[in-house]
Amino acid sequence: MNDRITMRVARYRPEEEDEPTFEEYEVPCHKEWVVLDGLNYIKDQLDGTLSYRWSCRMGICGSCGMTVNGEPKLTCETFLTDYAPGPVLLEPMQNFPVIRDLIIEMTDFMQKLTAIKPWIVRDEERPLAEGEYRQTPDELSRYQQYSMCINCMLCYAACPVYALDPKFIGPAAIALAQRYNLDSRDEGSGERLDLLSLHEGIWDCTFVGECTEVCPKDVDPAGAIQRYKLDAALTSLKSFLLPWGAG
Amino acid sequence: MSERPTYTPFHPRWYRPRVSTWWWLKRPSSRAFILREVSSIFVAWFVVFFLLLVAAVGRGEVAYQEFMAWAANPSIVLVNVVSLFFVVFHAVTWFNLAPQAMVVHMRGKRVPGKLIAASNYGLWVVTSLLVAWIILAGSR
Repeated sequence: MNDRITMRVARYRPEEEDEPTFEEYEVPCHKEWVVLDGLNYIKDQLDGTLSYRWSCRMGICGSCGMTVNGEPKLTCETFLTDYAPGPVLLEPMQNFPVIRDLIIEMTDFMQKLTAIKPWIVRDEERPLAEGEYRQTPDELSRYQQYSMCINCMLCYAACPVYALDPKFIGPAAIALAQRYNLDSRDEGSGERLDLLSLHEGIWDCTFVGECTEVCPKDVDPAGAIQRYKLDAALTSLKSFLLPWGAG
Repeated sequence: MSERPTYTPFHPRWYRPRVSTWWWLKRPSSRAFILREVSSIFVAWFVVFFLLLVAAVGRGEVAYQEFMAWAANPSIVLVNVVSLFFVVFHAVTWFNLAPQAMVVHMRGKRVPGKLIAASNYGLWVVTSLLVAWIILAGSR
Protein backbone atom coordinates (compact mmCIF):
# COMPACT_ATOMS: atom_id res chain seq x y z
CA MET A 1 0.00 0.00 0.00
CA ASN A 2 1.16 3.55 -0.67
CA ASP A 3 2.42 5.30 2.41
CA ARG A 4 1.23 8.70 1.18
CA ILE A 5 -2.12 10.00 -0.01
CA THR A 6 -3.21 13.18 -1.76
CA MET A 7 -5.81 15.36 -0.06
CA ARG A 8 -7.70 17.71 -2.36
CA VAL A 9 -8.93 20.42 -0.03
CA ALA A 10 -11.45 23.19 -0.74
CA ARG A 11 -10.03 26.63 0.01
CA TYR A 12 -12.12 29.77 0.26
CA ARG A 13 -10.37 33.03 1.11
CA PRO A 14 -13.09 35.68 1.01
CA GLU A 15 -10.57 38.53 1.01
CA GLU A 16 -9.03 37.17 -2.19
CA GLU A 17 -11.57 35.15 -4.13
CA ASP A 18 -15.26 34.96 -4.97
CA GLU A 19 -15.54 31.20 -5.08
CA PRO A 20 -13.82 28.26 -3.43
CA THR A 21 -10.84 26.71 -5.18
CA PHE A 22 -9.00 23.47 -4.52
CA GLU A 23 -5.48 22.84 -3.32
CA GLU A 24 -3.72 19.50 -3.22
CA TYR A 25 -1.53 18.32 -0.38
CA GLU A 26 0.34 15.05 -0.01
CA VAL A 27 0.17 13.63 3.48
CA PRO A 28 1.35 10.38 5.12
CA CYS A 29 -1.26 7.63 4.97
CA HIS A 30 -0.73 5.74 8.21
CA LYS A 31 -3.07 2.92 9.09
CA GLU A 32 -4.25 4.69 12.25
CA TRP A 33 -4.65 8.14 10.67
CA VAL A 34 -8.04 9.71 10.21
CA VAL A 35 -8.83 12.54 7.78
CA LEU A 36 -8.47 15.02 10.65
CA ASP A 37 -4.89 13.80 11.26
CA GLY A 38 -4.17 14.57 7.62
CA LEU A 39 -5.59 18.08 8.04
CA ASN A 40 -3.53 18.67 11.18
CA TYR A 41 -0.44 17.50 9.28
CA ILE A 42 -1.18 20.03 6.52
CA LYS A 43 -1.74 22.79 9.08
CA ASP A 44 1.46 21.98 11.01
CA GLN A 45 3.84 21.03 8.20
CA LEU A 46 2.63 22.26 4.83
CA ASP A 47 0.28 25.24 4.97
CA GLY A 48 -0.58 27.07 8.19
CA THR A 49 -3.24 29.17 6.48
CA LEU A 50 -5.72 26.28 6.18
CA SER A 51 -8.76 26.82 8.43
CA TYR A 52 -11.05 24.14 9.82
CA ARG A 53 -12.82 23.28 13.07
CA TRP A 54 -11.92 20.44 15.39
CA SER A 55 -11.62 19.71 19.06
CA CYS A 56 -11.99 16.34 20.76
CA ARG A 57 -10.71 13.88 18.09
CA MET A 58 -13.08 11.18 19.35
CA GLY A 59 -16.54 11.75 17.92
CA ILE A 60 -17.99 13.55 20.92
CA CYS A 61 -17.64 17.30 20.35
CA GLY A 62 -19.24 17.33 16.90
CA SER A 63 -16.95 20.07 15.53
CA CYS A 64 -15.10 18.38 12.68
CA GLY A 65 -17.98 17.57 10.31
CA MET A 66 -17.00 17.99 6.65
CA THR A 67 -17.79 16.58 3.24
CA VAL A 68 -15.39 13.73 2.49
CA ASN A 69 -15.62 12.49 -1.11
CA GLY A 70 -19.14 13.90 -1.31
CA GLU A 71 -20.42 12.33 1.93
CA PRO A 72 -21.05 14.17 5.21
CA LYS A 73 -18.60 12.70 7.75
CA LEU A 74 -16.96 13.40 11.07
CA THR A 75 -13.32 13.66 9.96
CA CYS A 76 -12.07 12.34 13.32
CA GLU A 77 -13.60 8.94 12.67
CA THR A 78 -13.07 8.65 8.92
CA PHE A 79 -9.87 6.77 8.11
CA LEU A 80 -7.56 7.91 5.33
CA THR A 81 -6.75 4.30 4.35
CA ASP A 82 -10.42 3.78 3.42
CA TYR A 83 -9.83 6.25 0.59
CA ALA A 84 -6.49 4.87 -0.61
CA PRO A 85 -4.99 5.33 -3.14
CA GLY A 86 -6.79 8.69 -3.11
CA PRO A 87 -7.14 11.51 -3.71
CA VAL A 88 -9.44 12.35 -0.82
CA LEU A 89 -11.75 15.22 -1.70
CA LEU A 90 -12.43 17.46 1.26
CA GLU A 91 -15.10 20.18 1.23
CA PRO A 92 -17.02 22.11 3.89
CA MET A 93 -20.36 20.71 5.03
CA GLN A 94 -23.06 21.25 2.44
CA ASN A 95 -26.18 23.39 2.93
CA PHE A 96 -24.42 26.00 5.09
CA PRO A 97 -22.77 29.28 4.05
CA VAL A 98 -18.98 28.97 4.00
CA ILE A 99 -17.00 31.47 6.08
CA ARG A 100 -13.50 30.31 5.16
CA ASP A 101 -11.95 27.12 3.77
CA LEU A 102 -13.71 24.27 5.61
CA ILE A 103 -15.54 26.41 8.15
CA ILE A 104 -19.29 26.89 7.85
CA GLU A 105 -21.66 29.42 9.42
CA MET A 106 -23.94 27.74 11.96
CA THR A 107 -26.00 30.53 13.52
CA ASP A 108 -29.12 29.26 11.76
CA PHE A 109 -28.82 25.86 13.44
CA MET A 110 -28.07 27.39 16.83
CA GLN A 111 -31.21 29.54 16.68
CA LYS A 112 -33.35 26.58 15.66
CA LEU A 113 -31.86 24.49 18.43
CA THR A 114 -32.78 27.00 21.15
CA ALA A 115 -36.21 27.58 19.59
CA ILE A 116 -37.31 24.00 20.36
CA LYS A 117 -36.37 24.44 24.05
CA PRO A 118 -33.92 21.56 24.45
CA TRP A 119 -34.16 21.46 28.21
CA ILE A 120 -36.61 20.07 30.75
CA VAL A 121 -39.65 22.35 30.86
CA ARG A 122 -41.79 22.19 34.00
CA ASP A 123 -45.14 23.86 34.60
CA GLU A 124 -44.05 24.26 38.17
CA GLU A 125 -40.60 23.48 39.52
CA ARG A 126 -40.58 21.18 42.53
CA PRO A 127 -38.92 22.67 45.63
CA LEU A 128 -35.31 21.54 46.01
CA ALA A 129 -36.14 20.04 49.39
CA GLU A 130 -38.28 17.41 47.67
CA GLY A 131 -35.21 16.00 45.97
CA GLU A 132 -34.43 15.04 42.42
CA TYR A 133 -36.86 13.97 39.71
CA ARG A 134 -36.55 10.20 39.66
CA GLN A 135 -36.65 8.10 36.55
CA THR A 136 -36.72 4.34 35.94
CA PRO A 137 -34.39 2.66 33.41
CA ASP A 138 -37.46 2.00 31.29
CA GLU A 139 -38.37 5.71 31.24
CA LEU A 140 -34.77 6.54 30.33
CA SER A 141 -34.77 4.06 27.45
CA ARG A 142 -37.70 5.87 25.81
CA TYR A 143 -35.60 8.89 24.89
CA GLN A 144 -32.00 7.77 25.37
CA GLN A 145 -31.31 7.21 21.66
CA TYR A 146 -32.23 10.82 20.85
CA SER A 147 -30.10 12.15 23.69
CA MET A 148 -26.97 10.85 21.95
CA CYS A 149 -27.03 13.79 19.49
CA ILE A 150 -23.77 15.78 19.50
CA ASN A 151 -25.04 18.68 17.34
CA CYS A 152 -22.52 17.92 14.60
CA MET A 153 -25.01 19.04 11.93
CA LEU A 154 -24.13 16.23 9.52
CA CYS A 155 -27.87 15.56 9.26
CA TYR A 156 -28.44 19.12 8.03
CA ALA A 157 -25.64 18.69 5.50
CA ALA A 158 -27.31 15.52 4.22
CA CYS A 159 -30.89 16.82 4.14
CA PRO A 160 -32.12 17.89 0.68
CA VAL A 161 -35.20 19.51 2.25
CA TYR A 162 -32.97 21.82 4.31
CA ALA A 163 -30.95 22.56 1.17
CA LEU A 164 -34.06 23.64 -0.72
CA ASP A 165 -35.91 25.29 2.18
CA PRO A 166 -33.52 26.75 4.78
CA LYS A 167 -36.52 27.62 6.98
CA PHE A 168 -36.96 23.91 7.79
CA ILE A 169 -36.23 23.39 11.48
CA GLY A 170 -34.30 20.29 10.53
CA PRO A 171 -33.46 16.79 11.72
CA ALA A 172 -31.31 17.30 14.83
CA ALA A 173 -33.53 20.01 16.34
CA ILE A 174 -36.66 17.87 15.90
CA ALA A 175 -34.93 14.76 17.26
CA LEU A 176 -33.87 16.79 20.30
CA ALA A 177 -37.41 18.09 20.74
CA GLN A 178 -38.49 14.45 20.84
CA ARG A 179 -35.71 13.68 23.31
CA TYR A 180 -37.36 16.08 25.79
CA ASN A 181 -40.97 15.30 24.85
CA LEU A 182 -40.40 11.63 25.66
CA ASP A 183 -38.69 12.44 28.96
CA SER A 184 -40.96 11.56 31.88
CA ARG A 185 -39.78 14.68 33.78
CA ASP A 186 -40.68 17.10 30.97
CA GLU A 187 -43.94 19.01 30.57
CA GLY A 188 -43.05 21.17 27.56
CA SER A 189 -44.35 19.07 24.66
CA GLY A 190 -47.29 21.44 24.08
CA GLU A 191 -45.00 24.47 23.75
CA ARG A 192 -42.74 22.59 21.35
CA LEU A 193 -45.68 21.37 19.28
CA ASP A 194 -46.71 24.98 18.55
CA LEU A 195 -43.43 25.46 16.70
CA LEU A 196 -42.98 22.00 15.28
CA SER A 197 -46.49 21.62 13.88
CA LEU A 198 -45.81 24.52 11.51
CA HIS A 199 -45.02 23.71 7.91
CA GLU A 200 -41.34 24.51 8.53
CA GLY A 201 -41.47 22.03 11.39
CA ILE A 202 -42.19 18.36 10.95
CA TRP A 203 -44.40 18.70 7.86
CA ASP A 204 -41.57 19.99 5.67
CA CYS A 205 -39.85 16.62 6.04
CA THR A 206 -40.51 14.27 3.13
CA PHE A 207 -38.76 11.31 4.80
CA VAL A 208 -35.73 11.15 2.56
CA GLY A 209 -34.00 9.38 5.42
CA GLU A 210 -30.50 10.66 4.64
CA CYS A 211 -30.17 12.24 8.10
CA THR A 212 -30.40 8.83 9.73
CA GLU A 213 -27.91 7.38 7.24
CA VAL A 214 -25.18 9.90 8.03
CA CYS A 215 -25.74 10.26 11.80
CA PRO A 216 -22.51 9.20 13.56
CA LYS A 217 -24.42 8.53 16.80
CA ASP A 218 -27.31 6.41 15.44
CA VAL A 219 -29.84 8.96 16.67
CA ASP A 220 -32.28 8.23 13.79
CA PRO A 221 -33.66 11.77 13.34
CA ALA A 222 -35.83 10.62 10.42
CA GLY A 223 -37.57 8.16 12.72
CA ALA A 224 -38.02 10.86 15.36
CA ILE A 225 -39.69 13.17 12.85
CA GLN A 226 -42.08 10.49 11.57
CA ARG A 227 -43.04 9.59 15.16
CA TYR A 228 -43.67 13.26 15.81
CA LYS A 229 -45.92 13.47 12.74
CA LEU A 230 -47.94 10.53 14.03
CA ASP A 231 -48.21 12.09 17.51
CA ALA A 232 -49.14 15.52 16.12
CA ALA A 233 -51.81 14.03 13.84
CA LEU A 234 -53.32 12.03 16.71
CA THR A 235 -53.25 15.07 19.02
CA SER A 236 -55.07 17.27 16.52
CA LEU A 237 -57.54 14.48 15.73
CA LYS A 238 -58.31 14.06 19.42
CA SER A 239 -58.73 17.80 19.98
CA PHE A 240 -61.08 17.85 16.98
CA LEU A 241 -63.16 14.81 17.94
CA LEU A 242 -63.27 15.07 21.71
CA PRO A 243 -65.03 18.13 23.13
CA TRP A 244 -62.71 18.16 26.15
CA GLY A 245 -59.61 18.23 23.92
CA ALA A 246 -56.58 16.02 23.72
CA GLY A 247 -55.77 16.33 27.38
CA MET B 1 -21.41 44.24 -12.83
CA SER B 2 -21.45 45.83 -9.42
CA GLU B 3 -18.17 46.29 -7.65
CA ARG B 4 -17.04 43.51 -5.37
CA PRO B 5 -17.88 44.31 -1.75
CA THR B 6 -14.77 44.76 0.33
CA TYR B 7 -13.97 42.12 2.88
CA THR B 8 -13.38 43.09 6.48
CA PRO B 9 -13.34 40.87 9.57
CA PHE B 10 -16.63 42.46 10.59
CA HIS B 11 -18.29 42.12 7.20
CA PRO B 12 -17.39 38.63 6.15
CA ARG B 13 -18.39 37.48 2.71
CA TRP B 14 -19.98 34.08 2.97
CA TYR B 15 -19.96 31.73 0.06
CA ARG B 16 -23.42 30.29 -0.58
CA PRO B 17 -23.47 27.60 -3.24
CA ARG B 18 -26.67 27.22 -5.23
CA VAL B 19 -28.56 23.93 -5.09
CA SER B 20 -28.60 22.38 -8.55
CA THR B 21 -31.96 21.32 -10.00
CA TRP B 22 -30.33 17.93 -10.55
CA TRP B 23 -29.13 17.47 -6.96
CA TRP B 24 -31.00 14.17 -6.72
CA LEU B 25 -28.93 12.53 -9.45
CA LYS B 26 -25.75 12.65 -7.36
CA ARG B 27 -26.44 9.92 -4.80
CA PRO B 28 -28.12 6.52 -5.30
CA SER B 29 -30.23 7.06 -2.18
CA SER B 30 -31.57 10.38 -3.52
CA ARG B 31 -32.42 8.74 -6.83
CA ALA B 32 -34.36 6.02 -4.99
CA PHE B 33 -36.12 8.73 -2.99
CA ILE B 34 -37.18 10.67 -6.09
CA LEU B 35 -38.37 7.43 -7.71
CA ARG B 36 -40.51 6.86 -4.64
CA GLU B 37 -41.91 10.40 -4.80
CA VAL B 38 -42.70 9.94 -8.53
CA SER B 39 -44.53 6.72 -7.71
CA SER B 40 -47.31 8.82 -6.13
CA ILE B 41 -48.36 9.90 -9.64
CA PHE B 42 -48.99 6.27 -10.54
CA VAL B 43 -50.81 5.65 -7.28
CA ALA B 44 -53.07 8.57 -8.21
CA TRP B 45 -53.57 7.07 -11.69
CA PHE B 46 -54.75 3.78 -10.14
CA VAL B 47 -57.29 5.69 -8.07
CA VAL B 48 -58.56 7.53 -11.17
CA PHE B 49 -58.72 4.24 -13.11
CA PHE B 50 -60.67 2.63 -10.30
CA LEU B 51 -63.12 5.56 -10.07
CA LEU B 52 -63.69 5.40 -13.84
CA LEU B 53 -64.42 1.67 -13.48
CA VAL B 54 -66.90 2.27 -10.67
CA ALA B 55 -68.60 5.04 -12.69
CA ALA B 56 -68.85 2.73 -15.72
CA VAL B 57 -70.37 -0.05 -13.61
CA GLY B 58 -72.87 2.47 -12.26
CA ARG B 59 -73.94 3.45 -15.76
CA GLY B 60 -74.87 -0.13 -16.67
CA GLU B 61 -73.87 -3.10 -18.79
CA VAL B 62 -73.06 -1.23 -22.03
CA ALA B 63 -70.90 1.39 -20.36
CA TYR B 64 -69.07 -1.35 -18.45
CA GLN B 65 -68.32 -3.27 -21.68
CA GLU B 66 -67.08 -0.04 -23.30
CA PHE B 67 -64.82 0.62 -20.35
CA MET B 68 -63.41 -2.90 -20.49
CA ALA B 69 -62.71 -2.53 -24.24
CA TRP B 70 -60.94 0.77 -23.54
CA ALA B 71 -58.94 -0.80 -20.69
CA ALA B 72 -57.82 -3.62 -23.02
CA ASN B 73 -56.17 -1.05 -25.29
CA PRO B 74 -52.42 -1.92 -25.38
CA SER B 75 -51.37 1.60 -24.37
CA ILE B 76 -53.67 1.50 -21.30
CA VAL B 77 -52.40 -1.98 -20.42
CA LEU B 78 -48.83 -0.67 -20.67
CA VAL B 79 -49.61 2.29 -18.41
CA ASN B 80 -51.24 -0.07 -15.92
CA VAL B 81 -48.28 -2.47 -15.93
CA VAL B 82 -45.87 0.42 -15.29
CA SER B 83 -48.24 1.74 -12.62
CA LEU B 84 -48.37 -1.66 -10.95
CA PHE B 85 -44.57 -1.67 -10.72
CA PHE B 86 -44.55 1.78 -9.12
CA VAL B 87 -47.44 1.01 -6.76
CA VAL B 88 -45.69 -2.15 -5.54
CA PHE B 89 -42.44 -0.17 -5.18
CA HIS B 90 -44.34 2.48 -3.21
CA ALA B 91 -45.99 -0.11 -0.97
CA VAL B 92 -42.80 -2.08 -0.28
CA THR B 93 -40.72 1.01 0.54
CA TRP B 94 -43.57 2.31 2.71
CA PHE B 95 -43.80 -0.92 4.71
CA ASN B 96 -40.02 -1.00 5.10
CA LEU B 97 -40.10 2.54 6.52
CA ALA B 98 -43.00 1.84 8.88
CA PRO B 99 -40.85 0.58 11.80
CA GLN B 100 -39.10 3.97 11.95
CA ALA B 101 -42.38 5.83 12.45
CA MET B 102 -44.17 3.24 14.61
CA VAL B 103 -42.51 2.74 17.95
CA VAL B 104 -44.61 0.39 20.02
CA HIS B 105 -43.77 -0.59 23.58
CA MET B 106 -45.19 -3.82 25.00
CA ARG B 107 -44.54 -4.97 28.56
CA GLY B 108 -41.85 -2.32 28.95
CA LYS B 109 -39.93 -3.40 25.85
CA ARG B 110 -39.81 -1.92 22.39
CA VAL B 111 -41.35 -4.20 19.78
CA PRO B 112 -38.60 -5.02 17.23
CA GLY B 113 -38.82 -3.18 13.89
CA LYS B 114 -38.93 -6.42 11.90
CA LEU B 115 -42.10 -7.46 13.69
CA ILE B 116 -43.74 -4.09 12.88
CA ALA B 117 -42.79 -4.45 9.21
CA ALA B 118 -43.93 -8.09 9.16
CA SER B 119 -47.32 -7.19 10.63
CA ASN B 120 -47.75 -4.52 7.96
CA TYR B 121 -46.93 -7.06 5.22
CA GLY B 122 -49.25 -9.56 6.91
CA LEU B 123 -52.13 -7.09 6.86
CA TRP B 124 -51.39 -6.37 3.19
CA VAL B 125 -51.65 -10.07 2.30
CA VAL B 126 -54.83 -10.56 4.35
CA THR B 127 -56.48 -7.49 2.79
CA SER B 128 -55.46 -8.59 -0.72
CA LEU B 129 -56.85 -12.09 -0.14
CA LEU B 130 -60.09 -10.61 1.20
CA VAL B 131 -60.50 -8.36 -1.85
CA ALA B 132 -59.65 -11.25 -4.19
CA TRP B 133 -62.19 -13.46 -2.43
CA ILE B 134 -64.95 -10.84 -2.69
CA ILE B 135 -64.29 -10.32 -6.41
CA LEU B 136 -63.86 -14.00 -7.29
CA ALA B 137 -66.79 -15.18 -5.16
CA GLY B 138 -68.97 -12.45 -6.67
CA SER B 139 -68.10 -13.37 -10.25
CA ARG B 140 -69.18 -16.98 -9.85
